[in-house]
Amino acid sequence: MSIEDQGLRETAPESDHGQDGRRLRHAEAATKPVAVKPSAAKAAREPQPRGAKIRGDRPIDQAEAAERFLAAPLHQKAHDARLWDLRGKRDVAAFGIPEWEELRELASQIKTHTLANLDRYLEEFEANAKANGVHVHWAADGADHNRIVHGILKDHGAKTLIKSKSMLTEECGFRHYMAGTGIEVIETDLGERIQQLDNEEPSHVVVPAVHKTRFDVAEVFARTMGTDPENDDAHYLAESQRMHTRPLILEADAGMTGCNFAIAETGTVVTCTNEGNADLSGNVPKLQIHSIGIEKLIPRIEHLGVFIRLLSRSALGSPITQYTSHFRGPRAGSEMHMVLVDNGRSERLGMEEFWTSLKCIRCGACMNTCPVYRRSGGLSYGATYSGPIGLIIDPTFNKRKYSTLPFSSTMNGSCTNVCPVKINIHEQIFAWRKVLAEEHQIPLLKQGMMKAAGQVLSRPAAYRAAIGAADSALKVLPRFAVYNPLNTWGKGREMPETPRQSFHSWYKQNRMGKTTSKTTDGEK
Amino acid sequence: MSAREDTLARIRKNRPAGDHPLPEVPLFPPLVGDDLMAEFGERLKRMGGRIATPVAGADPFAAVRERLDGATVIASAVPEIAGNRDLAEVARPQDLADVDVAIVRAVFGVAETGSVLFTQNELRVNAVAYLAQHLVVLLDPADILVNIQAAYRRPDFARAAYAVLHTGPSATADIEGVLIHGAQGVRSLTVILLPRA
Repeated sequence: MSIEDQGLRETAPESDHGQDGRRLRHAEAATKPVAVKPSAAKAAREPQPRGAKIRGDRPIDQAEAAERFLAAPLHQKAHDARLWDLRGKRDVAAFGIPEWEELRELASQIKTHTLANLDRYLEEFEANAKANGVHVHWAADGADHNRIVHGILKDHGAKTLIKSKSMLTEECGFRHYMAGTGIEVIETDLGERIQQLDNEEPSHVVVPAVHKTRFDVAEVFARTMGTDPENDDAHYLAESQRMHTRPLILEADAGMTGCNFAIAETGTVVTCTNEGNADLSGNVPKLQIHSIGIEKLIPRIEHLGVFIRLLSRSALGSPITQYTSHFRGPRAGSEMHMVLVDNGRSERLGMEEFWTSLKCIRCGACMNTCPVYRRSGGLSYGATYSGPIGLIIDPTFNKRKYSTLPFSSTMNGSCTNVCPVKINIHEQIFAWRKVLAEEHQIPLLKQGMMKAAGQVLSRPAAYRAAIGAADSALKVLPRFAVYNPLNTWGKGREMPETPRQSFHSWYKQNRMGKTTSKTTDGEK
Repeated sequence: MSAREDTLARIRKNRPAGDHPLPEVPLFPPLVGDDLMAEFGERLKRMGGRIATPVAGADPFAAVRERLDGATVIASAVPEIAGNRDLAEVARPQDLADVDVAIVRAVFGVAETGSVLFTQNELRVNAVAYLAQHLVVLLDPADILVNIQAAYRRPDFARAAYAVLHTGPSATADIEGVLIHGAQGVRSLTVILLPRA
């Protein structure tokens, strides 16, 4: 059945503009089109650069993968512009709330309190979930999680599972595990589905296929769903996916979601999504499973009044996601399971310098603001978590494999400044460098790697072109970072104090008027 | 030991030192003006939703009349309008796959974001709010709360097996940032400001 037969053309792109005629920018939408011109793309026929080469436990060569990303200017430019646009939207949303800094401080303190009492809150959550009629499971690690979920599915004779995007299940390698079981897993988030069909990991925690152009998507869909390979219209591609996936959703034996927040006092799992696919996963099949990282706990419902206000504004610049869903108990005639996953989290809690990374709410703001991430793509990190937050989480999973990642940073501190739960990300990056060096996890190729990374960052032409004339302090950040790269590499020095003010005002105070290109003493 | 006991034991061994009290969350002043109907409508439009304020004495469904007239299957969960698919008779959520328009009443609205809340009681069958092509929401102007913080002080979340805030229709921009409504769920969401009968 061709797509035309299904009357797709009647779905006019009325989503571009709202009822009042103004251009819409909600969800992950770009404020202005960042699309590559068809003529340029067709002429270049630029293939999508692939991610880091994975060779067992050997250290990831992020710089090598980044070089290949930089060598694909259409992809690199679109990626950079798209994420910088999200960062800009985030700033507008954040500055629109007078109590923004107070909310960040509250969120940070609530997380600190919860993590310091996590045993108690997990027990409370478990007791309430059980009282709600939910089956609660505990998984020690990723393999345990996969076995448990597989067991639940087997017990119900499930043959297909629809799921919404979950970084936790990525971390557990759930899809790879399930590939050998005869049970089909169908991702229902558009970006995640694109990545699944292309047999590639998500490159970003919020926008999984942000490194792909629409030409790449058209190629993937033509190959896997039989769409018209010449039609690269985003509306056509998204609609094709809807038509293709919907029967799979209707026929699925089980549904699965991740979890943004788990509420101890009620045993509720909260998901924040834009597409409605988490709610389809949780409300259509008779069996529903929610996978929960144990660090997702927060004490009470009222605390959502802090976190929901921060999450989507930080991630996308929207006041809230299209759907904020609260799953507390099973529907009549259905069964509900929750899997609490540790996978190294309880161990990380004891790492004095690094435990606060458990506060992360996976908004992706640190990724969007990071000049290295924007210019190298999430897949270059060769890990589930990329960008600044990845640099400080990944080594806790595998010190050797991810030993080089903490060096993929300019240490500009912007990640710390945008973090909605005030994780001192750049300080932890620096601390990891010390730990890894002391433990001799940095291999001999360290020097060579840092040199390569320096080369990546010392090629500012594409960057300047992408951000254009920088006329605001915020826009100057990447210029500063790019002009100032080599001195941040490998030099031990004083780190900036944890900022108590916004980056904007910090910048004005410390950097405005100085010749950034000649700065030689780093940030401070 | 079980995974549960292992994890809890490790947490007890590794918990961060020091006293970390749970902070009191102050009530922040609302970000919206006094005209909650206008503020709600403005935010909803920014999130891709549509708003309608019926004229007294006229057809309250005038804003969506064309959509209703063009619909083959209408599932109504409200007394104000009769659909032709009885949600009380639906055996499986999958049976709602052919619904063109679903009509439900919101528990409340939130002016700060343009959101509306449903629980399983309003939806009757939860999946109807996602499987329908279009969603029409009735909202009593008296049920509009100022902000998200006020919403989470309501008792509904602790009572409902399922509670969901909808803010506009299903949306995605996963391909090059191009905004598309109806990624998987409803293609449009229209809120009609209509007092409860």
